[in-house]
Amino acid sequence: MNIHEYQAKQLFQIYGIPVPDGKQATTPDSAGLVARELGGDGWVVKAQVHAGGRGKVGGVKLAKNLSEVVEFSQDMLGKRLVTIQTDSAGLPINSLLIEKIYPIKRELYLSALVDRASERIIFIASAAGGMDIETVAHESPEQIISVQIHPAAGLQAYQFRKVAYTLGLKGPQVKILGTIMQGMYDLFLAKDASQIEINPLIETDSGDLLALDAKINFDDNAVAIHPDILAMKDSAQEDEKENEAQQFGLNYITLEGNIGCMVNGAGLAMATMDLVKLKGGLPANFLDVGGGTNVEKVCEAFKLILSDSSVKAVLVNIFGGIVKCDVIAEGILAAIEQVHVTVPVVVRLEGTNVEQGRALLSNTGLNIYAADDLAHAAEQVVALAEAV
Amino acid sequence: MSILINKDTKLICQGFTGKQGTFHSRQALDYGTQLVGGVTPERGGDNHLGLPVFNTVQEAVNTTGATASVIYVPPFYAADAILEAVDAGIKLIVCITEGIPILQMLRVKAAMAGAGALLIGPNCPGVITPGECKIGIMPGKIHLPGSIGIVSRSGTLTYESVHQTTAQGLGQSTCVGIGGDPIHGMNFVDVLSRFQADDQTKGIVMVGEIGGGEEEDAAEYIKAHVTKPVVAYIAGQTAPAGKRMGHAGAIVTGGKGTAEGKVAALKAAGIEVVNSPTDIGAAMKSCL
Repeated sequence: MNIHEYQAKQLFQIYGIPVPDGKQATTPDSAGLVARELGGDGWVVKAQVHAGGRGKVGGVKLAKNLSEVVEFSQDMLGKRLVTIQTDSAGLPINSLLIEKIYPIKRELYLSALVDRASERIIFIASAAGGMDIETVAHESPEQIISVQIHPAAGLQAYQFRKVAYTLGLKGPQVKILGTIMQGMYDLFLAKDASQIEINPLIETDSGDLLALDAKINFDDNAVAIHPDILAMKDSAQEDEKENEAQQFGLNYITLEGNIGCMVNGAGLAMATMDLVKLKGGLPANFLDVGGGTNVEKVCEAFKLILSDSSVKAVLVNIFGGIVKCDVIAEGILAAIEQVHVTVPVVVRLEGTNVEQGRALLSNTGLNIYAADDLAHAAEQVVALAEAV
Repeated sequence: MSILINKDTKLICQGFTGKQGTFHSRQALDYGTQLVGGVTPERGGDNHLGLPVFNTVQEAVNTTGATASVIYVPPFYAADAILEAVDAGIKLIVCITEGIPILQMLRVKAAMAGAGALLIGPNCPGVITPGECKIGIMPGKIHLPGSIGIVSRSGTLTYESVHQTTAQGLGQSTCVGIGGDPIHGMNFVDVLSRFQADDQTKGIVMVGEIGGGEEEDAAEYIKAHVTKPVVAYIAGQTAPAGKRMGHAGAIVTGGKGTAEGKVAALKAAGIEVVNSPTDIGAAMKSCL
């Protein structure tokens, strides 16, 4: 789960991580009031969307006076921001973060994440801040330092010293970096984060360190036990259909093709998408109906798939293990009737009671094709989608 | 011989009296697995499915001599269940539970270090030696005792591989679903090394997917240590970057963990990689 920058910075403050003076605003007028309250002679107006790359597309603007704060806020609020990290529709700007401007001496990079290979929380830091860290890793890996935290020992002082000296920090800055890293680590553990990124972490002209940007991702498996984090969820920043799917225990991801896919199991769902592509088609979605499929789930899955008007044909691929194929076939028939499916549906069933399942699906008078095997099913659905 | 489990493996079930535990324990018993009891706190002394229920794993081990345990408890109780099994001296722990927070697994793995227990999963279908012992949620009927070792991160793609190798008349020695979570127990290399050492296993099917670097590690290992034919398939070639594809571990981040990268690493190691998930069985047959 993602949260907004202003929310991440609120959490940072609780954990002792220094952030610029600033406040969230949802109207141009309140943005102006916030700027006036903050004082100073320059402000930054930042669009709050769940995507990076805002600066390059007008989502971050520097205002020299209060009327510019209001003006920029007016420009941004209610619009959708398209960045390199969003799709072509972009994300809605429903709120802004107004902050004071600080003189920047240097931009650094600092993040904490779970490293799957070492099975540890690791910190990654670089003196090349403000850039995409993947680019730095690719072009100048020597500029990146990482430290692994043992879960029993926690963050040790030598570890933040190592990071601080590598980043060229000195004197009191070393301890401040220690405070920042300890805060990130504590926040990571307390709220089940999966990544905390500060890019850039700035060194100001006066030598202070501030988290100029803040990005936190949380472990989807753990948010249920953190009501405070769950309350920060902004559904407007997420795909409507993916949200809807979640409510029914379905795993759905929108893609750009025209062949709807309904599969049980995440691995088989990915493999089915791959196979559709291999046969010359393009999948419209990833959809895992899960192990315990029932009629209700199949109905909801059909509704989701068909709410995408580009879908010209649907491929259902179910490996009935514990669930029997005839039960699944009945579910599909009920769903097609209830949801008024008009596009052709190719069904591949395999597993327990497969013969009964296929028999139920043949001679229905409906637009259903019961395929003998998966390869043929994929070929058939691609041909049907093209014929429409 | 098979790997990890056989007809003599004595199994207990943690979360025995729950809905999942009951359903799959019944299936395991029907398959002929030596399920000797189960654990549900506060239900000790009860009888369930004709077997004794214990309050703790230690009591269950002391009374039954079980060496393996299968876990069907809800996600927020699973870390505790795994460590209880480790503490009681269980040698093989199979955790089916999906949705365990990653930081809990991180601590579990650190706590297990050096304990000498093997963990399969979590978020996996389990392990089966056809005709002898079934531990997990896989449908027993599709399996055939035979010569192919199967290792996979995905449950349903394990079934797909089983179905195809059965249809080809090859059958399976042992099938291991290592699970779809980013931090998990046995990895590809742990299972591949056992298949290489197992006389019954004549060929190996390896099914990977996007995310992480375990397939790349496996490619290096196979090149250096595995002499048996290996057929590999990698799922997720059409998956968009940055999106979690159902499994918590199936995500391409920062250009790492792509299907292309994994396929290239496996091919560079001389491994037969099939493009289509429907070609696994036929490719395996032609390699033997």
